[in-house]
Amino acid sequence: MWSSPFITQPTSVSQIMLRVLLALIPGIALYVWYFGPAILVSITLASITALATEAAMLKLRQRPLKPFLSDNSALLTAWLLALSIPPLAPWWMVVVGTAFAIAVSKHLYGGLGNNPFNPAMIGYAVLIISFPVHMTHWLTPHALGGIELSFAEQMNYMFGGGLPQGLTLDAITMATALDTMKTQLHLGLSISDIRDMPIYGRLAGKGSEMVAIGFAIGGLYLLFTRIISWHLPVAYLAALFATAGVFHLLDPAHYVTPLFHWFSGAAMLGAFFILTDPVTSPTTAKGKLIFAVGAGVLTYLIRVFGGFPDGMAFATLLMNICVPLIDAWTQPKVFGKKGDGK
Amino acid sequence: MRTLFQFHGGVHPPTHKTESTRTPIAQAALPSKLVVALHQHVGNRAKPVVQVGERVLKGQKIGRPEGKLSSAVHAPTSGTVSAIDMQLVAHQSGLPDLCITLIPDGKDEWIAHSGVDTTQTPHSDLRHLLRKAGVVGLGGAVFPSDLKADAHHHKITTLILNGAECEPYITCDDMLMRERAADIVSGAQVLRALLQAEEVLIGIEDNKPEAVAAMQRAVQDGKHQGIEVIAVPTLYPSGGAKQLIRILTGIEVAAGVRSTEMGVQCFNVATAYSVWRALAHGEPLLSRIVTVTGNVDHAQNFEVLLGTPLNELVAQAGSRADTSKHIMGGPMMGVDLPSGTVGITKATNCIIEASPALFPPPPPALPCIRCTRCAEACPAELQPQELYWFAKARDFGKTQEYSLFDCIECGACAYVCPSQIPLVQYYRFAKSEIWQREREAQAAEVARARHEYRQLRIERDKQEKAEKLAQKEREAAAKAAAQAAAVPTPLDPLAAPDDTQQLRINEAIARAKAQAAAAQPKNTDTLTPQQQAEVAEIEARRAKIREMAADSGADDEPPKSNQG
Repeated sequence: MWSSPFITQPTSVSQIMLRVLLALIPGIALYVWYFGPAILVSITLASITALATEAAMLKLRQRPLKPFLSDNSALLTAWLLALSIPPLAPWWMVVVGTAFAIAVSKHLYGGLGNNPFNPAMIGYAVLIISFPVHMTHWLTPHALGGIELSFAEQMNYMFGGGLPQGLTLDAITMATALDTMKTQLHLGLSISDIRDMPIYGRLAGKGSEMVAIGFAIGGLYLLFTRIISWHLPVAYLAALFATAGVFHLLDPAHYVTPLFHWFSGAAMLGAFFILTDPVTSPTTAKGKLIFAVGAGVLTYLIRVFGGFPDGMAFATLLMNICVPLIDAWTQPKVFGKKGDGK
Repeated sequence: MRTLFQFHGGVHPPTHKTESTRTPIAQAALPSKLVVALHQHVGNRAKPVVQVGERVLKGQKIGRPEGKLSSAVHAPTSGTVSAIDMQLVAHQSGLPDLCITLIPDGKDEWIAHSGVDTTQTPHSDLRHLLRKAGVVGLGGAVFPSDLKADAHHHKITTLILNGAECEPYITCDDMLMRERAADIVSGAQVLRALLQAEEVLIGIEDNKPEAVAAMQRAVQDGKHQGIEVIAVPTLYPSGGAKQLIRILTGIEVAAGVRSTEMGVQCFNVATAYSVWRALAHGEPLLSRIVTVTGNVDHAQNFEVLLGTPLNELVAQAGSRADTSKHIMGGPMMGVDLPSGTVGITKATNCIIEASPALFPPPPPALPCIRCTRCAEACPAELQPQELYWFAKARDFGKTQEYSLFDCIECGACAYVCPSQIPLVQYYRFAKSEIWQREREAQAAEVARARHEYRQLRIERDKQEKAEKLAQKEREAAAKAAAQAAAVPTPLDPLAAPDDTQQLRINEAIARAKAQAAAAQPKNTDTLTPQQQAEVAEIEARRAKIREMAADSGADDEPPKSNQG
């Protein structure tokens, strides 16, 4: 028998996910503006793969297709993964990463709501471990005025046709601003010298800093429409800023500014879109703060002292492991049982 | 301006209150019959005191309270008792309960009744009158008011009158406050006197400005001191007693704690009204205001005689043909009534006629995505998602660890859940499973104790038998020894005490037997059958007298200083 409450608010999982997808649009638009439309192709490819994998897994698990295919969660995973890898990545990389994310890290753990790890970040981790070289070839922004492929040539390369005659991948791509900073520092250059390189803009990498701002704008929209709570992005960015700030103050010649860390790599995307995945983050307010601070510190440590070009993905996954413990330890006191009765 | 406090969470469901506030409270038509439930309150069921076929007057008691926690039930109009039997009642259990069916004679003839001067009557008498008048909490909890109007040795600072009426659709308190504010405020004064409370705070959600104004006017006109009418922000469930106490005083009353222990007592506005009618006018609780709304042509509030069959009531509001069920209460916490034939009870504040168009069944639930919108909405500051996981996994120990029993089942969590999970149903399930297990554990405990006692008894009997046997053997041995000795050996230091001790034991047994025989009643042993019948009759009469005495002692005794 149906019992009270007899009314529910007309929000749904599908709407929430759709809002998050919408919030990604400013970042994607700036991405296209600075780096060309190739990203749209990899987003589309990832989306198709995600939906196909989702459908196949639902079928295998004998679950109804419609409610789950329309919940938009697979699409969100696809978009986040596509935005995390170089847009010129060959088509099969996008497919392998997305399929792994959906099939293994989501459905093998029980599907929507049951995955302990962020599926997009699992997809990213699989790709960076399996194809590290491909993962470092990022498009150069238009603003640098280097050699640029036409959209047709980009598509030709993505789908296995190779590069135009006389061009190597290195000539048309570059490492990220974060990666370049690390390798150049290793070569003994000082930060001020590195920052003078043409790939750097006002805050961080030329072009990529604007994309980060685009993600931050979308993230603020999510914050103000209360799709996400403030705890995760604020604590994450604060922790990243503080850790970077301490190192920068101690040795400004070898450690870049906190703002550089904010606006390079996946920091903004991660703060507002990846850590905030409710399924893989803690449920309590205090727990969210602990989780985000941990991720912020780990991001910095992996970026600066680790072997990977960015630390966001592994920081997220490492903190994902801690979520059940954090939740269990941060249960708040209930109404009337806070001690003083007031 | 008073500082108001906030409670955590809460939701803003569409209120749907204007539909039923457009017209004043109407007197519902006299129904063809009244099905008056004898259990309309918290506590023991009232015991019927009328016979089938008996004519009763309006206001005549037809059920008397049984035990301390109980309340009286009265004939809502004059007529004839046509049945006293089990009927479906307006309760979520869907189980039948004892009801008195009354066929009205249309005369609406009152029993003699009169009020008392509440300021001159001793408090214990006022409480007794409330119990006699069947006054119970009309906000839905139906707890006997006479018991609540007693501070139970706690110092009560604040009396709160709950006029928040936060549930959507319900407007019975709103209309009552608009139309009968003076009586409510007078009732509040009596309750304050009974509790010796320092101040009275009347909390009303600010979406009821007319009610707030009417109540403020009543306080001014009556020149009442120390009564404050306070508009509180509209936020469901501000009308929950604990939430309203929090809003008005800042005090959080934990689950399992009585608010009186923290110096606060809370009554519904309609209860205060009934208190006043019962004491000042001698009118027992015979009717209440019921909102009839939802899938009806003209939603409205009615003053309804208790026991009015639901069908006859909703017809007066023009219930539409596609009505699929009747919800008693609001859409957040109401119950789906088992039948349209049930009688209106003291707990029936609202009937929502529901149709599939008005309340579409929820879509199939999706998995929980841990978004914690439920936790943000929970006024008890629970973690509903954790409770859901544990309840689903049947890990009931964990649900209790996560304060399942602090849940007030307000439905805010299920209301906001984007996965449309019927969370409250999971909590009800877990609670009922835990209760069931506790009952089973208790039964097992009783069985275990019984078994252990039986084992103990068997063991004891065995020991006693063995001892007796040993005793006999010793005696036989002693005799044999004595005979064998032939010549007495008076100087045996070991044998002598043994013999005298045995002698003493034998004497004691003989004494006890004699006493037991003397104690047995012998005068009834040799009676003729005629004499025995007489004795039985006398016993029966005695029992009846005892019962009557208990009844009048508990209930019918007139207040001693009525004249005062």
